[in-house]
Amino acid sequence: MQMEALEKFRQETRAWLEENCPPSMRTPMPEEETVWGGRNAKFVNPDAKVWLDRMASRGWTAPTWPKEYGGGGLTKEENLVLQQELRRIKARPALSSFGIWMLGPALLEFANEEQKKEHLPKIVRGEIRWCQGYSEPGAGSDLAGLQTKCEDKGDHYLVNGQKIWTSYADKADWIFCLVRTDTTRKHDGISFLLFDMMSPGVEARPITMISGASPFCETFFTDVKVPKGNLVGELNKGWTIAKRLLQHEREMISGMGLGGVGAGGGIGSLEQVAKEYFGEENGKIASPSLRDHITRQKMDSKAFALTMQRSAEEAKAGQGPGAASSIFKYYGTELNKRRYELLLELMGTKALGWEGEGFTDGEINVTRSWLRSKGNSIEGGTSEVQLNVVSKRVLGLPD
Amino acid sequence: MALVLTEEQQLLRDTATQFFQERLPIANLRKLRDTNDATGFDREAWKEMADLGFAGIMISEKYGGTDFGPVGLGLVLEQAGRTLAASPLLSTVLLCGSAVQLAGNATQRQDILSAIAAGERVMALALEEGAHHNPTRIATKAVADGSSYRITGSKTFVLDGHVADQLIVVARTSGEENDRSGITLFLVDPKAEGVKITRTLMVDSRNAANIEFHNVAVPSSAVLGSVDGGNDVLEQVLDIARIGLSAEMLGLVQQTFDVTLAYLKERKQFGKVIGSFQALQHRMAVLFAEIELCRSVVLDGLSALEERRNDVPQIASITKARLSEISTLMTNEGLQMHGGMGMTDQFDVGLYMKRARVAAASFGDANFHRERYATLEGY
Repeated sequence: MQMEALEKFRQETRAWLEENCPPSMRTPMPEEETVWGGRNAKFVNPDAKVWLDRMASRGWTAPTWPKEYGGGGLTKEENLVLQQELRRIKARPALSSFGIWMLGPALLEFANEEQKKEHLPKIVRGEIRWCQGYSEPGAGSDLAGLQTKCEDKGDHYLVNGQKIWTSYADKADWIFCLVRTDTTRKHDGISFLLFDMMSPGVEARPITMISGASPFCETFFTDVKVPKGNLVGELNKGWTIAKRLLQHEREMISGMGLGGVGAGGGIGSLEQVAKEYFGEENGKIASPSLRDHITRQKMDSKAFALTMQRSAEEAKAGQGPGAASSIFKYYGTELNKRRYELLLELMGTKALGWEGEGFTDGEINVTRSWLRSKGNSIEGGTSEVQLNVVSKRVLGLPD
Repeated sequence: MALVLTEEQQLLRDTATQFFQERLPIANLRKLRDTNDATGFDREAWKEMADLGFAGIMISEKYGGTDFGPVGLGLVLEQAGRTLAASPLLSTVLLCGSAVQLAGNATQRQDILSAIAAGERVMALALEEGAHHNPTRIATKAVADGSSYRITGSKTFVLDGHVADQLIVVARTSGEENDRSGITLFLVDPKAEGVKITRTLMVDSRNAANIEFHNVAVPSSAVLGSVDGGNDVLEQVLDIARIGLSAEMLGLVQQTFDVTLAYLKERKQFGKVIGSFQALQHRMAVLFAEIELCRSVVLDGLSALEERRNDVPQIASITKARLSEISTLMTNEGLQMHGGMGMTDQFDVGLYMKRARVAAASFGDANFHRERYATLEGY
């Protein structure tokens, strides 16, 4: 009976997508056409707005969220069908959103009814773009050492301090922010606060990174007034919410080591790159050393991919996420960094161009992506912090 | 990937765990070594393993086997690896049993497979001729002589060679020394005239032998498979052995890790357990990650064999390369973290290191398999 219902859902979904997904939304998406939504949403391709509005009207930008908050209200199984059908027609993501990936799940778990009703539907529809206010100049790996001050002023909170590495703070409408509400305790003095980036006293300055891009900002708060109803969960209990959010973030980052779509900017497989840029003799890459490095990389990538697959199968079989998942962030990001270092060796000076004549877009993309990849093992918990977590929580080694 | 074990497989794993822990603990290997045991493994234990169905695990019920398949065999081998159990599993079951299963005619299968499953015959594959694994460089010649063949040549590192009741000899019937074709497998009686067997004592205290063949006469009925076509069979057999041995190495690696972790939680220096030092913690965490990847490739390799996938050669090379490298790393790190005690014969970590190196060198080390993988993948 359940199988029949699911099959019916598949047929209906397929028909709806067929009718509602514009043809131009079924082509590979250049990065600059990514739809982030928000008050100042940019739709490079006008069809992207049509696609977003149609998907949002069904709640399918957040398929498993409850319908009462604008979500699709789908079961896990139905969502799986929806994702399969989306992949089948190669549909672009209708909306990319920290609100959906990170904040939404936390609000569903920790926010009060009023907050859920206020914020979740706007996230689903892509009306409000969120950014994450976590790291501070003095609180990186030691995130709980954060000092952005939040004082109770009776009818409102007053926020003063500075955040850093705030992704797209200059483009975001609202921020979910960790603030210190008790200076006498560390973890138990942190609260989880939401506020509008248009509030007086908020300033975001983009940071130019080694790759030349500026996806991150320094964000300053000077006497920012925040309504008291914007506190999520209890006062001084924000660390629990923060940790849950970090889990979602790590899962997002660890998939990068697999060299999938986008890695290397469609430059081709390592062996193709080697043959093109270094040359071949009798069908073999002309340098035995590079050939060996490529093999090591391919073998480790395969072993890592199999481990992710194994972990997913274990989870499906009800054995929980398993200890293997604790290594994903560490291993995946280190693997991705190695891959870019290897691409540099394979391509020589062609992968060292910065811009302009003499290099293809793909080559420039390798240079920039190589630089970007260095951040993988720093953001969302450094490799060293990940190894600490494995040592202590999985292996039970003492402090 | 056959990841979630069936009830039957779980039972098999539990049986194997208990058997090796109780019947063939590492003390058994020490005893064989210290008494210069002539056989090099415990014959009674081997008989018990046959009774438990381990010897016939890859053999169909028709010949008295249990037919649990590669995943089942992997479970047994992993447990054997944990206690460094010496047994003819590798020589007789993985190598020779597979060869007969794949290439044997009805008479050979009936005769040999039922004897293996019953634990009544130990066999050895006489393949290697040099210090490095090289299944195509075969100089040993088999020359047709009327209705029989005459074999002449030297073999080395023949596992269980000095105790085998029957040998499978890889010999050249045509072509040049490095040709893929022209290789033929022969069933040879080790007691035949002209066969000279010398046991070699290896660092891991496990069995190996040098075998010389001086104009040894074998009947044409002793050909296993087709004349000149032995390489195809041999490659399949070797991939089974590579993946199976990797399962054994996984047990060895996991055991070394577990023992080392326990030691770090117990040994004190500077007033605290040494496991509290970050310099050691991070190395253990990295090893933990590498071993998780080892487990994944071993499971996928066994599944590939079970499902007869066409990427068996690739996954066999990925698996054997990884396990060779990580078993080297793990045993080196394990020994270092045991400090001076790791250097003593009293502690087991040295035994694991010795076995790890011999296993790494068997059927191709990491270098061999990276080279092979690149060739298979066409670059």
